[in-house]
Amino acid sequence: MTSTRIRSLVALGAALAVALLPLGSGPAAQGKTIKIATQSPLSGGQAALGEGIKLGTQLGIEKFKVNLEKAGFKVELVPYDDQAKPDVGVSNAKNIIADKAIMVVIGHLNSGVAIPSSEVYKEDNLPMISPANTNEKVTDRGYPNVNRVCGRDDVQGPVGAEFAAGTLKVKTAYVLHDKTTYGQGVAEAFKNDLEKKGVKIVGFEGTEEKSNFDPIVTPIKAKNPELVYFGGIYDQAAPFFKQAKEKGVKAKFLGPDGLDSSDFVKIGGKAVVGTYYTTAAAPASSAQAKQFGEEYKKKFGKNPEPYAAESYVATAIAIKALEEVTKGGKAPTREALGSAIRKVKYNGMTGSIEFDDKGDPKKASYYVMQVTTDNPEKWSENKEAKRLAIAAPAMKK
Amino acid sequence: MDFELLVRIFPQVLLDGLLLGFMYALIALGYTMVYGVLEFINFAHSEIFIVGAFVGVELLLGLKSRGVLDTAPWPLVLLGVMLAGMLASGALAVTIERVAYRPLRAAPRLIPLISAIGMSFFLQDVIRLTESLWRNAFNLVYPTLEPLNERFELTSTLDVSAKSLVVIVAALLMLWGLHALVNRTKIGTAIRAVAEDQAAASLMGIDVNRIISLTFLIGGAMGGAAGVLFGVQYGLINPYTGFIPGLKAFTAAVLGGIGNIPGAMLGGIVLGLLEAFAASYMSLLTGGAFGAEYKDIFAFSVLILILIFRPKGLLGEVVRERA
Repeated sequence: MTSTRIRSLVALGAALAVALLPLGSGPAAQGKTIKIATQSPLSGGQAALGEGIKLGTQLGIEKFKVNLEKAGFKVELVPYDDQAKPDVGVSNAKNIIADKAIMVVIGHLNSGVAIPSSEVYKEDNLPMISPANTNEKVTDRGYPNVNRVCGRDDVQGPVGAEFAAGTLKVKTAYVLHDKTTYGQGVAEAFKNDLEKKGVKIVGFEGTEEKSNFDPIVTPIKAKNPELVYFGGIYDQAAPFFKQAKEKGVKAKFLGPDGLDSSDFVKIGGKAVVGTYYTTAAAPASSAQAKQFGEEYKKKFGKNPEPYAAESYVATAIAIKALEEVTKGGKAPTREALGSAIRKVKYNGMTGSIEFDDKGDPKKASYYVMQVTTDNPEKWSENKEAKRLAIAAPAMKK
Repeated sequence: MDFELLVRIFPQVLLDGLLLGFMYALIALGYTMVYGVLEFINFAHSEIFIVGAFVGVELLLGLKSRGVLDTAPWPLVLLGVMLAGMLASGALAVTIERVAYRPLRAAPRLIPLISAIGMSFFLQDVIRLTESLWRNAFNLVYPTLEPLNERFELTSTLDVSAKSLVVIVAALLMLWGLHALVNRTKIGTAIRAVAEDQAAASLMGIDVNRIISLTFLIGGAMGGAAGVLFGVQYGLINPYTGFIPGLKAFTAAVLGGIGNIPGAMLGGIVLGLLEAFAASYMSLLTGGAFGAEYKDIFAFSVLILILIFRPKGLLGEVVRERA
C-alpha cells in the first residue's frame, strides 16, 4: 500500500514538474498575473445590472486574453461588490490600489459611487474604464486615469428633451427624481433643456420613497401633464409609473438609462409597457451585439443586462492597451496603461470609441427606446424610437 | 399658488393619508403592545412585519404558478394569505421573545434593546439570503389579484381602488377586534394586569410568561397582516422594505402615547395624514421651493411640536408613569 502511494506521489510530482517546466524559461514577464477588477453592486436592489458588468467583463477577458497569455501573462478577474454605496466603493477601492497586480478597474454602475472611488484610484494612477457612469463629474474633473465608454447625463437629458419636444411634441411635463447624483443630475438637465424648448414644467420634485407614491401621484393626476419624467433607477421608477398608471395618470412616461433593465417590466408589468427611456447602451440589434448576446446566454444562462456589452467593450479596450504596454514582455505599470488607454482606437459593437483629453468618448451614440412587452425575457427586443450621435462637450474650465 | 387645485385634490389626499395611516396603525400596535407589557421597544418588529409580506408573496406566487390564482375566489385567497402571514409573523415574534428577550428580562432596559436591534439586522439578512437562494431575487413583486385593481370613480378627482377599500376594511376590523379582545375578554384583562404590575398579576394566578408570549403573538400577527396588506397595496417588497414603515409606525406609537392601544391607532392615522398632505401640498404651497422630499421633515417637525406640548403622546395620560 505505502509503496504504491509513494510511487504515485513521485509520478504526480514528475508530471507537475513537466507541466511547470515551460514557465521556468522564456522572457522575464512569464508567470506574472495581471488582474482586472470590477466594481459594481452584486447584492441589493441593483444587483441585476451590477452582475451584468461583472459577467460582461468576464466574457471580455476570456475572449481577448489570448495575446496576453501568449506573452506569458495570466489574466484574472477580481470582482468587487460596491453594494451601490459610496462608502463601500471607497473602501473596496483602497483594497484595490493596495493589490499591485490589479492594473485596471471596470466599473462602477452608480456615478455616486464611481466619483469618490475614482479619487482613491487616482492616488495611485490606477486606470478606470466606466461602462455605465453618465454623470458629468466623472470625467469633468479631468483625471488622467478616468475614462468611460458611455455617454453623459448632460447630453442624455437633452436627448430626452429633444425627443419629448421634437418627436412626442408634448406641451407640459412633470419631472420627478430620486435625489441621487445621477437621478437629479439627469432630471435637471432634462428639465432645463425642455424649458428652453418651450415646454411647460408643471412640477419638479425629488423623493426617496420606494413603495407608496400615492401622495406624489395625486397632484400629478390633477395637473394632468402630457409627459411624466423620472430621473432615477428602475427599482423606484417601475413602482412609481405603475402606481401612476393605476391611479389614472394618462401621461406618457420617459426616463433615463436607469430604467434600462428587464427588472423594470418585472416590477411594473403591463402598466409600464410603452414607457420611453434614453440610453447610451446600444440596442441588441446589430450583428455583433446579437453574437455577444448569444455567447453571453450560452455561458451564463441568461440574457445580458444593459451595460454588460459596455463592460465587454471596456475590457476589450483595457486589454488592447495592456498588449501595448507589455510589448516585449515588459511588466505593465498603472501610469503607462493609463496613457495607453487614452490612445486606443477601438471599433466594437457599440460603435467606434476613441477617448478625448478628459476620458469621454469623442462621439457617443444615444438612443431613445420604447418598452414593447411586459415579458422580462424579451427586454432586449425593445423598439428603438430615435437615435442621435452627439459629441461630448469640451471640459468646462 | 393654485388654490383651486388644492381644493380639488383634497379628498383624494385625505384618502391616501387615511390608507397610509391605517397601515402605520396596524404596525404600531406591535410596538405599543410590547411596550405596554415589557416597557421596551421591540425594534425587530419591522422585520416581523416584512416577514408577513414575504410569506404572503411566496404563497401568492405559489398559487400563481399552479394556475389557481385567477380561478379561486379572491376574498378566500386574500383571507388565506393574510392568515398565513399572521401565523408566520406571530410565531416569529413569539420565538424572538423566547430566544432574544426572555433570557435578558432581568437585565437593564438597554440590553434587550440592543438585542432587538441585532435581531432586526439578523432577520433582514436571513430574508435576503433565503430569497436569493430560493428565487435569486431581491425585489419581489406581488402578483395582482385582478378584481382588486378595479377603481371606482366617485368624482372626477376622487377615485378609490378596490384594494385600498379592502385594506381599510381589514384594518378597521382588526383594530376593532383587538380593542374588543383587550377590553372585553378574560385574556385581555390578564394582559392589562401584566402591563399594570407583573408581580401582582402573577400573585393573582396569571402565568406572566404565557401572557407576554401571547402579547408578542397578537402584536406579531397584526404586523404580519399589515405586511400582506402592504404588499397587496404597494406591490413591491424587498428584505429592507420593512425598515422605514417600521420606524414610522414606531413614531406613530410614540405620537399616540406608547403603551396605549387606541393611541397607536390614532398616532398612525395622524402620521399618515401628515405625511400625505405634506407630500402632496408642500410643492403646491411653496411654489415648488419645497417638494415631496420634505414630507418626512414636515411630518416629524409637527411630531416634535406635539411632543413638546404633550410629552406622553396624544393619549398618553392613560398610561401610568413608571421609572
